Amino acid sequence: MPMPMESRERVPGPPRARVAVPDVPPGIVDNVAVPTSSLAEPAEQPLFGPGVTEKIRVSGLDFYYGATQALWNISMRIPARHVTAFIGPSGCGKSTFLRTLNRMCDTVKGARVHGEIHLDGEDVFELDVVALRRRVGMVFQRSNPFPKSIFENVAYGLRVNGGLSRAAIAEQVERSLQRAALWDEVKHKLHQSASGLSGGQQQRLCIARALAVDPEVLLLDEPCSALDPIATAKIEELLLGLADSCTIVIVTHNMQQAARVSDYTGFFLLGKLIEFDRTERIFQNPARKETEDYVTGRFG
Amino acid sequence: MAVSAEERTTTRASRRGARVSLRRLMGGDPVAQAIVTGAAGLVLFLTLLLVYELWRNSALSRAQFGLGFLAGRTWDPNADTFGALPFAFGTLVTSALALVIAVPTGVGAAIFLSELAPPRISGALTFCIELLAAVPSVIYGLLGVFVGVPIMRTVVAPVLKATLGWTPLFTGPFYGVSMLTAGMVLAIMILPFIVSVSRQVLMAVPRDQREGALALGATKWESTWQVVLPYARRGIAGSIFLGLARSLGETMAVTMVIGNTVQMKASLFAPAYTIAAVIANEFSEATSDLYVSSLIELGLVLFAITIVINGLARIMIARGARATAVA
Amino acid sequence: MTPAGRLTYRRAVNRVMLTLTGVCAAGIVSILLFILGYLLVNGARSLNWSFFTELPKPVGELGGGMANAIIGSGKVLAIATAIGVPVGFLGGVYLSEYGSTTFAFLVRYTTDLLNGVPSIVVGIFAFSLFVLRAKHFSTLAGGVALGVMMIPIAVRSTEEFLRAVPTGLREAALALGTPKWRMLATVVIPAARDGIITGIMLNLARVAGETAPLLFTAFGNTSWSPGLNHPTATLPVMIYTYALSPYDDLHRQAWAAGFVLLMLVLTVNVSARFIVARSGPAGGR
Repeated sequence: MPMPMESRERVPGPPRARVAVPDVPPGIVDNVAVPTSSLAEPAEQPLFGPGVTEKIRVSGLDFYYGATQALWNISMRIPARHVTAFIGPSGCGKSTFLRTLNRMCDTVKGARVHGEIHLDGEDVFELDVVALRRRVGMVFQRSNPFPKSIFENVAYGLRVNGGLSRAAIAEQVERSLQRAALWDEVKHKLHQSASGLSGGQQQRLCIARALAVDPEVLLLDEPCSALDPIATAKIEELLLGLADSCTIVIVTHNMQQAARVSDYTGFFLLGKLIEFDRTERIFQNPARKETEDYVTGRFG
Repeated sequence: MAVSAEERTTTRASRRGARVSLRRLMGGDPVAQAIVTGAAGLVLFLTLLLVYELWRNSALSRAQFGLGFLAGRTWDPNADTFGALPFAFGTLVTSALALVIAVPTGVGAAIFLSELAPPRISGALTFCIELLAAVPSVIYGLLGVFVGVPIMRTVVAPVLKATLGWTPLFTGPFYGVSMLTAGMVLAIMILPFIVSVSRQVLMAVPRDQREGALALGATKWESTWQVVLPYARRGIAGSIFLGLARSLGETMAVTMVIGNTVQMKASLFAPAYTIAAVIANEFSEATSDLYVSSLIELGLVLFAITIVINGLARIMIARGARATAVA
Repeated sequence: MTPAGRLTYRRAVNRVMLTLTGVCAAGIVSILLFILGYLLVNGARSLNWSFFTELPKPVGELGGGMANAIIGSGKVLAIATAIGVPVGFLGGVYLSEYGSTTFAFLVRYTTDLLNGVPSIVVGIFAFSLFVLRAKHFSTLAGGVALGVMMIPIAVRSTEEFLRAVPTGLREAALALGTPKWRMLATVVIPAARDGIITGIMLNLARVAGETAPLLFTAFGNTSWSPGLNHPTATLPVMIYTYALSPYDDLHRQAWAAGFVLLMLVLTVNVSARFIVARSGPAGGR
C-alpha cells in the first residue's frame, strides 16, 4: 500500500483536531456511557481472546452534522477476521459511525469529525480516501447496483483500480460471485442487466462487487432491512463464511440477526456507544442497564 | 370522450347534491366544462390547421418537384427552379457544429453545478444560465454581427487556420460571416437548455449510486463519469435533442451571421444558408406563386424535422425520469 | 504502472477533469455577463429621448426614433395576449381539472407539438391565414402569429400551477357542497393565481423578442400604422433591419432597441423568479 498521502478530498469544516476535543463537559459523557471498550477492558475476561488481533481502533470520536453532534466520544477496537455488529434503536448513530470508518461521511456537506480512527495502525484521516475505500468496502441498506450488466457491476472496482488483464478480471469476477454465493444463480446471464435480479440477489451482487477488490474490511449498513427472511438467511450464512478472510462490520436493527451472525456486538444509544463486548455477553449478561433493557425488549 | 366525462361529472354532482334545492347551482358545471373543453379543442384545431395550411400552400411546389425538391441543388427564383438541399446542408452543418461545441461544455457545466458547487451557488449560477435562454434571438444576432464576427475574423479563424488549416474544414478565405460563426452563436444559444436540463437529470440520480462507486474506491470524477453520467444518459440525450431542435429552427441569429449564400462547401469558413434563414430573407419578396409555395414547403420540411427531434427529446427525458423513479 | 503510481495518476485525472467542469460553468456565466455588460454599455449610450418619441428619419438622415415600433410592438403583443392567454388559460384548466381522458392526452400531445414548432413556421401559418388571403401585411397577422406561439406555453404553465394546488383544498370545497366550477373559480384558481400570472408574464416576455414570425406578417412600416389592418413596425424587426443596414446611426438605434428589449425581458424574468420563489410550492423547477 502506498504510504500516507495528503488528503485533498473535500472535507468541509475546520482542520481536524488530532485529539478528542471535549466539546461536551466530560461529566455528561461519563454519566451516560462509560467507554467500555479497549481503553478500560474488564479485567477478569479480556475482550479479545487468544489469536484475535485488532483491525480498527477508534479513539475519542465525535461527529457533527453542521451544528448537531451525532456521535459522542466513541472508542472501541474492532477485531480482525470476525463479525462485529452494531445494534441500537433508529437514529442512535450506528450507521453514522459505520460511515466514518471508510470516510463515506466525507460526502455529506457540513460533516465534521474529531478524534482518531486507525486501520492497522494507520490513521484513516491521513490515508488517501480513495485508497482507504478500496481497503474498506461497503454495502448499503438499499441495494444499489449500477445500471450495467452483472459482470460489469462486479468488475467495476477492478477496472477503476486498473492493472488487471481481461482474463484476470473475469477470474476475479467469478471468484467474487462465488464468495457472495451468487455464482450459480447468475453464471448463465452474466451479461444481462443487473436490474433483472431479485432484491436479495441484487444485495448479494453488491456484496460481490465490494468483495471483488479484496477489501480487508467489509462494512454493511443494514444490508437485509429490505429483504425477505429467505434472502436474509442467505446473506447471513454468507457473512459467516466471509469472516475467515475478511473483517466484517454490520449495522443492524434486528437483534436476532446480531445474535446469529456476530462475534462481537456494540450497543449504541443517542449517539453514544453504551457497551461493546462479546456477543454472548451482550445478550446474556450485559454490564449496563440500558443494554439489558434494549436486548430484552424493555426499551421504549 | 368529452361527453362521457361530462356525464360522469353530472352524476357525481347529482349524487352529492341530493338535496334538490342545490340542483340549480350545479347547473354551472356542464357550461364550465364545455367552455374549457372548447378551449382545449381549439388548441388541437389550431395545430391541425397549421399542418393543413403548410400542406395546402405547398401543393404547387410539391406537384412541381415531388420528392426531388429535397435533393435539388439549385435555387434560382428567376428560372423558377427550387431545391432544398443547400439549405438542409447549411442547417444540419451549423446545428451539428453547435452541438459539438455546446454538448461537452454544457454537460461539463452541468456536472459542476450538480456535483461540485454548493447548492446555493449552483442555484444562482443556474438562474444566470437560464437567463441566457430568455435573451431574444435577434439580440444574439445583433451581438453576433457586431461582436462575434470581428472576434471570429481577428482571433478564432487565424488560430484555427494555423492549427487545423491542413484539414478541409478550415480552408479558404474567411469573411467573418460563415457556418463557423453561425455554429458558435447557435452553441451559445442552446447551452442554457443543455445545462439546465442536464443538471436536473444529474441531480435526480440517486445518492446511493454515487456512494456505491465511491465505496469501491472510485475518485469523485470516476464515480461521476462512469456511474452518474451513464445513469442519467437518457435525460442528458434528451436535453441535447432539445437543444438540437432549437438550433435547427433558429432563425434570426443565424440569418444575421451565416452570410446567406446558396452553396455547399466543406470548409466551415464558407458562408452558407439555412432553411429558416432563406424563409426569413426571401418570403416577403417572393414574387411568383411557385416561389412562395417552395418557401412554404421548406417550412414544412423544417416543421417535420423539428417535430421528430422534439418528440425524441421528450420520450428520452420521460424515460430517463421513469428509470430514475424506478431504481 | 505501480499501484501507487496509478493512484497518483487517477487523482490527477480527477483534479483536472473536475477543474475543467468548473471552467465550463465559469465560461458560460461569463458569456452571460459579457452579453449583459456589452448591451448595457452600448445600449444605454445609444439611448436618448427621441428614441421613444420620434419616427424613423428617411435613410441617410441622422436622428429619429422608434416611437412607431414601440407602439406597434405594444399593439401586436396586445392582440397576442388577447388570443393566447384566454385560450391557453382555459385549455390549461381543462388539462388540469378535467384532463384524464384520451382527448386530454391528445390535447397535451399537440400542445407539446405546437410548442416545438419553430417560430418562423408559425409565421408562415399566420401568413397563409391572413396575408395570403387579404393580400397585404397587417398588425393583426403579426398578433395572431405571436398569439399562437403563446398558447402552448400558457396551457402548460397554467396546468402545472393548478396541479400544484393541494387536493385537500379541492376536497374541502367540494365537501361543503360547492359545485366544481365554483370550487375552481373561488378556491383553486385563486390559490394558483400568482403562478399563473407569472407564467403569463414570462410568456409575454418571450414572444416580445420574437422576430421571425413578424417578418412577413406585421412586416414593417416607416410611419404610424393606424388600426390593425396595416403593416406595422415592431422593435425586434427594427433591430434586425437596422443591424444589417450600412449606417452607423442606425446601428446605434439597433443597440438602443436591443437594450430596451433586453431590459424588458430581464426585468420580467427576474421578478417572476422572486414571485414564484415567494408564493411557494409550484416554484420547484
